[in-house]
Amino acid sequence: MTLLQVEGLGKSYESETQVLKNVNFEVKTGEFVSIIGPSGAGKSTLLRCINRMVEINEGRVLFNNLDVGTLKKKELRKLRTDIGMVFQHYNLVPRLTVIENVLHGRFGYKTTMQGILGRFTEEEKEHAFFLLQKLGIEDHAYKRCDQLSGGQQQRVGICRALIQDPKLILCDEPIASLDPNSSKVIMDHLKSITTEMGITCLVNLHQVEVAQDYSDRIIGLKQGEIVFDGMGRLLREEQINHIYGTELRELITV
Amino acid sequence: MNDKKMRQSRWIPMISLIIIIVITYASATITEFNFIEGLATIPQALSWIVANLFITQESLEKLPTILVKLNETIFMSIAATTLAAVVSLFLGLMGSKTTKVNNVFSVIARFIASFSRNIPVVAWSLILLISFGQNSITGFLALFVGTLGFLTRAFIESIDEASVSSVEALRATGANYFHIVNKAVIPQSLPQMLSWILFMIETNIRSATLVGILTGTGIGYVFDLYYKTLNYNAVALVTFTIVIAVIVIDLISNRIRKVIL
Amino acid sequence: METTETIKTIDTAYIKRTKNGRINIRSGNKIDLVIKWTIFMLTVLSIMAFFFFDYTGLQLVRAITETAYNLRVMFLEPTLNHFSWGEAFHQIGITVGLGVLATIIGGIIALFLSFMAAENLSKPWISKTVRVVVAFIRAVPTVLWVLIFAIAAGLGSEAAILGMLFHSIAYLVKAFSEAFEEVDPGILEAMRATGSNWWHIVTHGVLPSTFTYLLSWTFLRFEINFGVAVAMGAAAGAGGIGFELFMASGFYFDLREVGFITYAILIIAIVLEVISTRLKDRFFPSSVSN
Ligand SMILES: Nc1ncnc2c1ncn2[C@@H]1O[C@H](COP(=O)(O)OP(=O)(O)OP(=O)(O)O)[C@@H](O)[C@H]1O
Ligand SMILES: [Mg+2]
Repeated sequence: MTLLQVEGLGKSYESETQVLKNVNFEVKTGEFVSIIGPSGAGKSTLLRCINRMVEINEGRVLFNNLDVGTLKKKELRKLRTDIGMVFQHYNLVPRLTVIENVLHGRFGYKTTMQGILGRFTEEEKEHAFFLLQKLGIEDHAYKRCDQLSGGQQQRVGICRALIQDPKLILCDEPIASLDPNSSKVIMDHLKSITTEMGITCLVNLHQVEVAQDYSDRIIGLKQGEIVFDGMGRLLREEQINHIYGTELRELITV
Repeated sequence: MNDKKMRQSRWIPMISLIIIIVITYASATITEFNFIEGLATIPQALSWIVANLFITQESLEKLPTILVKLNETIFMSIAATTLAAVVSLFLGLMGSKTTKVNNVFSVIARFIASFSRNIPVVAWSLILLISFGQNSITGFLALFVGTLGFLTRAFIESIDEASVSSVEALRATGANYFHIVNKAVIPQSLPQMLSWILFMIETNIRSATLVGILTGTGIGYVFDLYYKTLNYNAVALVTFTIVIAVIVIDLISNRIRKVIL
Repeated sequence: METTETIKTIDTAYIKRTKNGRINIRSGNKIDLVIKWTIFMLTVLSIMAFFFFDYTGLQLVRAITETAYNLRVMFLEPTLNHFSWGEAFHQIGITVGLGVLATIIGGIIALFLSFMAAENLSKPWISKTVRVVVAFIRAVPTVLWVLIFAIAAGLGSEAAILGMLFHSIAYLVKAFSEAFEEVDPGILEAMRATGSNWWHIVTHGVLPSTFTYLLSWTFLRFEINFGVAVAMGAAAGAGGIGFELFMASGFYFDLREVGFITYAILIIAIVLEVISTRLKDRFFPSSVSN
């Protein structure tokens, strides 16, 4: 079943240059898709068009047969509860506890009043603990987030996305700030989210090898255009060179 | 090319020094400031201070009156700062890039802040004095307006510094504006804001003295009274009580800061 | 949500509960407590304040409507009545000049004192002593310094500048010495290792790496000193535009002139603020980003 359709997507910020040009692809439920491409290719912009963190200029994004670009404010909030997001710099509130940060993922379901009073149900809290346990950080639940290591913070970020009960998780370079060991832990968790919970994952990555190891499919982006879309093992040396530019390749994957 | 740069960089300090000297000279001319005389005043003033500014038994009798006025001044600056902080929080949220509702409000908030901050507190108190008269409310309002501008700018910086990334994350979960402000922006930037508020309370006690001289209220009024009646022992006592008050508040603020920051 | 079946698998050992059995989500640490307590105290003290105020002759409604009217006249019909444009520029020049002198002289003196106050460049007891003296000077309001000096030196620019100097020095010593203390200890160590003496370290290690900070702090102080100079003109007879403001509002009751003077002060203050923000953004990138 198709979960996400991107049709002729185009995007530019204030300046003239097109960041995304006529991007077309589909993602099926339960797929694990990686997007690779050099810095400035538009990977982050592409992800942010999907949950409309940035406005879409041209084309359409259909999520669950909903046209993302035309949604009203309320409907947009509803859409975003269905799409979790994981960031390179974790984007947690550093002074708050781990458990509070995880529960922030439930705000999409709350009225203003409930949110302001900070009311979460006991089930929500228990579910938060369940998720923390699943990612192996339940013993840090009452620590402030700024006391955790990068890998641990990213796992909090993943819990926050999961507690939304999302159908799709967007990850913008989830391992770019982590050491190889923590990177592996995070990627394994993301993979298991797809295989065990059936949640679709769309992941921006810088490391081609990691993308090939974990993804069902890879999308190669270059200067805002898709230049490769297929299974990871079909991605050849010369195509990688094409995406990254021949000389730069060595530098990038170090 | 490199050589030329080297030579240029050797000239820059020289030129800056000359400019500074010229500006200093011009300033001294226009203000009729005489360096020699100024220099000579220092020992003269210090010996005068030692000879006259001390606290006597007699002046201590005025302590109760002075403390009542000091009390008024301290409370005036706390109330003005706290109330200004509440309004500034609102203006800060409107003015900040991360939490603004729309551009019009943002510009209005920044304009109000800039306007109230850049007109000195003295000017505000003279303006308000005309119709409010000589009472605490005049000083309170003057401090309030000046603090409002300062705190709004400080809060905008605190908010922008503290919360860009978590605001993005919460927006992506579908949280609405109130959730984001209440559960991410405020918890994260509150300690920094409190630190600014404490700083402003201390500053305002000193400004309140000045405002008091103009508006005839609080500790500034008694200082002016004793100063004009040449009762220098009482002047010394007033100064001493202000110093104690400011230092105590500073110490308390630093203790609080150490814990929360 | 699929919680019903998952509850069983939770290891409850890590869950903290409140007295009534609900799951706790705050850590309940000292920081939160102090923050709450501080806010509570400020609120209580602010409310109490209104009982200590002196309300002599206050007619609130009339005062507010009158002020609103006054502000309208001031800001919409500014004119000069009691002195000429040339005189206005001269008075502004005096105020700016007072600020300049207090800042430059203060900056030079503060530079030397801050070497003594910085813990990494000085002996502990010297640094402590300088800090205590500076804290004391800072605690006395500038206007009191100016008035006290005015007795000894007579009213005029000398008293005003000396009084303003005190605060400028105290402020800049604090800022400068903190900048010095943030210099990478590695630089100092490396220079000591080469056998450099104290002056070499200061002139070649410390000053070059902090110069831009010192510059923007000094300019920030100039911005403050301009406001102080206006105040000293109004409250301590130091002359300049502040004194004209005092005369216009207190003697002539000329709202239009008050408006004109306020605009003049406002414009200069905004120009100074823009310059110092530019300097700050350029030299303190850390406080702008992250
Ligand atoms: N908010 C913005 N305003 C203006 N231009 C932007 C904005 N965000 C991104 N851009 C521009 O859009 C282009 C694509 O940026 P994007 O962040 O999507 O690239 P990316 O592939 O994610 O790069 P990286 O790997 O470095 O994260 C860049 O040229 C960038 O300068
Ligand atoms: Mg990116």
